Amino acid sequence: MAQTLLQIEDLYTQFFTSRGVVQAVNGVSLHIDAGETLGVVGESGCGKTITALSILRLVPEPGRITGGRILFRGEDVTKMDDEEIRDFRGNDVAMIFQDPMTSLNPVTKVGFQIEEAMTAHSRFSLSLARTRVVELLKRVRVPAAESRVRDYPHQFSGGMRQRAMIAMGLSNEPALLIADEPTTALDVTVQAQIIQLMKQLNRELGTAMMLITHNMALVASLCQRIVVMYAGRIVEEGPVEQIFKNPQHPYTWSLLRSVPRVDEARKDRLVSIRGLPPDLTNPPPGCKFHPRCPFVIDKCKVDPEPQLGEVAPNQVARCWVLMSNVKPEDVELAKTSVVSVEAAQKLKAEAPEETEASGIAGR
Amino acid sequence: MPFARWIPQGRATNLTFFIIRRILWMIPVLFFVIVITFFLMHLAPGSPWDREGKQLSPEVIKNLNIKYGLNKPLWEQFYLYIWGIIHFDFGDSLRSPGQHVSDRILVSWPYTFTLGAVTFVLLVPIGIGLGVIAALRQNTLVDYIALGVATFSASTPNFVLGIFLIIVLALGLNSLTGGTFYLNTGGMSSPWNPFQPELIMPVITLGALPTAYIARLTRTSTLDTLRQDFVRTAWAKGLKARLVVLRHVLKNSLIPVVTALGPTFAFLVTGSFVVETVFSIPGIGRTFVTSIAARDYTMILGTTILFAVMIAIVNLIVDVLYVFIDPRVRLTG
Amino acid sequence: MATAIGVAQQVDWDVPEQTGLWKDAWVRFRRNRLAVAGLVFVTVMIVVAIGARLPTTPGGLWHILHLTASPFEQDVTNSYALPSLQHPLGTDILGRDQLARIFYGASISLTIGIVVQFLILFIGGAIGMAAGYFGGWVDNLLMRFTDIMYAFPDLLLVLVFVAAFGPSFWSIFIALGLVYWVGLARLVRGQVLSIKEKEFVEAAIMTGTAPMKLILKHLLPNSLGPIIVTLTFGIPAAIFTEAALSFLGIGIRPPEPSWGVMIEDGYAGIFADPRQVIFPGIAVALTMLSFTFVGDGLRDALDPRMKR
Repeated sequence: MAQTLLQIEDLYTQFFTSRGVVQAVNGVSLHIDAGETLGVVGESGCGKTITALSILRLVPEPGRITGGRILFRGEDVTKMDDEEIRDFRGNDVAMIFQDPMTSLNPVTKVGFQIEEAMTAHSRFSLSLARTRVVELLKRVRVPAAESRVRDYPHQFSGGMRQRAMIAMGLSNEPALLIADEPTTALDVTVQAQIIQLMKQLNRELGTAMMLITHNMALVASLCQRIVVMYAGRIVEEGPVEQIFKNPQHPYTWSLLRSVPRVDEARKDRLVSIRGLPPDLTNPPPGCKFHPRCPFVIDKCKVDPEPQLGEVAPNQVARCWVLMSNVKPEDVELAKTSVVSVEAAQKLKAEAPEETEASGIAGR
Repeated sequence: MPFARWIPQGRATNLTFFIIRRILWMIPVLFFVIVITFFLMHLAPGSPWDREGKQLSPEVIKNLNIKYGLNKPLWEQFYLYIWGIIHFDFGDSLRSPGQHVSDRILVSWPYTFTLGAVTFVLLVPIGIGLGVIAALRQNTLVDYIALGVATFSASTPNFVLGIFLIIVLALGLNSLTGGTFYLNTGGMSSPWNPFQPELIMPVITLGALPTAYIARLTRTSTLDTLRQDFVRTAWAKGLKARLVVLRHVLKNSLIPVVTALGPTFAFLVTGSFVVETVFSIPGIGRTFVTSIAARDYTMILGTTILFAVMIAIVNLIVDVLYVFIDPRVRLTG
Repeated sequence: MATAIGVAQQVDWDVPEQTGLWKDAWVRFRRNRLAVAGLVFVTVMIVVAIGARLPTTPGGLWHILHLTASPFEQDVTNSYALPSLQHPLGTDILGRDQLARIFYGASISLTIGIVVQFLILFIGGAIGMAAGYFGGWVDNLLMRFTDIMYAFPDLLLVLVFVAAFGPSFWSIFIALGLVYWVGLARLVRGQVLSIKEKEFVEAAIMTGTAPMKLILKHLLPNSLGPIIVTLTFGIPAAIFTEAALSFLGIGIRPPEPSWGVMIEDGYAGIFADPRQVIFPGIAVALTMLSFTFVGDGLRDALDPRMKR
């Protein structure tokens, strides 16, 4: 059986700003098994990056982990001392970031930056590390690796930089690689190449991966399981095929609306869900998604979201309504409407002459 | 640039051309400085023979003018002067008869050099150190104290600071210790000794403002760098804190500081005018000031040219240094 | 109406309240206590300075109100007097009232400091605008010119100018203006260039808007902030330069009691009475400090990108 590599239990990470406390990560629990690829999806600001940073204890000021446990192979990361966490970072768990241009030191040679990732952990001697850098760059398909080692980041193209970052992340053969939006800052064509590369590496090396993205197509190509986050909480979780075929949380459903076919890799941005992400210092009452939910009912505006409940084998979601309980005609209504089904029905009832569900956008 | 076509690949060759270009550029700048100073001196009202109190008689003035060539047409004087410069002859001091300008400069510049060098050698590490510490401990007491001291030194005129130092350290100490301890406030006992106690107060006075400026600059630059993504990458790789700060943070944050070293040097030059006057140090700064008061044209010109050359050289060195530390900078154009 | 409420609930936009730029800036400025303190001090100084020169009898308003003596009245028998009710700051070597002289000195320092900024604005602004607008060889020439000025320390040039035209109020004033315009010209040029890039400028030119009007209408609101900040920081620099020049003996000459002159006098008599050097020294330092705080405050208040 696959062993559990990473287990996050009830994680709370908060930011203590002058304008109030921001609940960035609000009771998140998830796990990753050895070798599997977990997708973490959600809009900007939903807490996915902070969750990842919490794993490595890199949460920037004024943020702090305020509760919960992060167990890596049984050891609690939140309780590690400075030496232990230093050894942990880049070695057991590595992370690659979104923008490769700014994530590399502009005044140091690229080869050296990859080298120091290895020498930092005394696993490789200096000369061994040097040769390994070239090998790694070749493995991530950087052309002319031997001479590229001596170049500076500004001499690399965007795609090459991201490859170099990947090489850096994998240099110490970590058990888990966290990739935060690895393709978002790249051109479409380059995106496809990087996705291919990551698939290949995953096959060759068997590294577990936590892929953070809002790109559903990416998730479809690379992940086995997926976790959907909203406003600092997980709202749905399950195997990729199940979620794509049968999303239970209205938010997941809204996210997926933009991808009619799962096996078609497309550059896509989220079709906008109306409204804005909630202000985490002052969240709305009841379910945090309710102001934007197409299927909201009265209970959602008052009662906080339920616990994650099993809605299918291996799939959990936290919603009072659940997509399986929504009538098909309401689903169709929601697809074309800007307002909630409830409000649209009310509008229809009060003014039957006007076209239904033209909503605000229709005027 | 017209040479672009002929510059071969390779940064080293680019660098050579770069240096040559900059040196060539220095020439028109210097020439411009000389021209402006020369014509200002000669076209301005008054003459070097004005004395307060008893005026010299007209015949004496006429003879003096002939002796120093001041009766010739201006263009001719200028031409003669340039000719002289090429032969390293800067003429004679108008107010100190019989002394060559170059001699007076040679006598006084060691004092200024020692003062400036000691100040520079101290202010750069102290300024950078303070700035880095303040940045790493942002918003703590250390930071506020450092910022406070920096703002204060930057706003107090250096001569005021110098005088206060004299009052406190010399007079104050003197009266407190009943006359036994006396910090020498006048002059410098030796032109080359960097450790003489007479240097303490002048160095503090001269260095206070540039140290504050460098510290602030380092602090801001370091704070900016700390926010950059690549610093986060460095932590995520599991590097030791010392490596992150030295190799990633400082290597980047010190780049603007190096650029500021040029103006810092210029500031030391102008600061020397005041500091040498306050502490009676017989250096070039003081010589320059007295020449101005005395309208000693040749001395003024000579020292101005010297300053301009020194500053231009230091700026060139700083620019070249900058090329070495920032690989992104382009050498062409 | 139920539906109206229902609909409104669905579309919950968060629109922040807009206030005017200046009002906004003033609110932010007010929050900076140091800046406010600086502003208060500066205002007091300005009042003091004005009162010291108007009406134009020696000592001005303050003398008439019997608050101070005349700054020029000598009384050699009373030299280096201790502070008293008659002479709150004591007297100098010639028995002149130091407080009156400090007030008078304030008028000199502040006039030079503040008024020269207008000269700088005029020269630097014109050149910067010309460079940015016309571009081409005009820009090139001006930029080369500013490079030359940059390679040369400011104080040196000022000294040379003052040396040429003789030490006096006006020569310092003009020298400062002729030397310090460079920074502002660069700033203005940058602003003009960035405006020029915007497409609406092309459109406006095509519709026949006069370019001058264009520059003024679009340039000013954006660039006013940095220009004001630069000029405000220029004030303590100018005050310092005047004081330094006067101290060195090549600026304002006695009996005009600029603070620099007072410091020079005090320095000469430092062993006799150190107080006479302390008072003007503190005056200069505090004034420069206050303007620096105000400048800092303005910069933070006017920069729209600054987040608390």
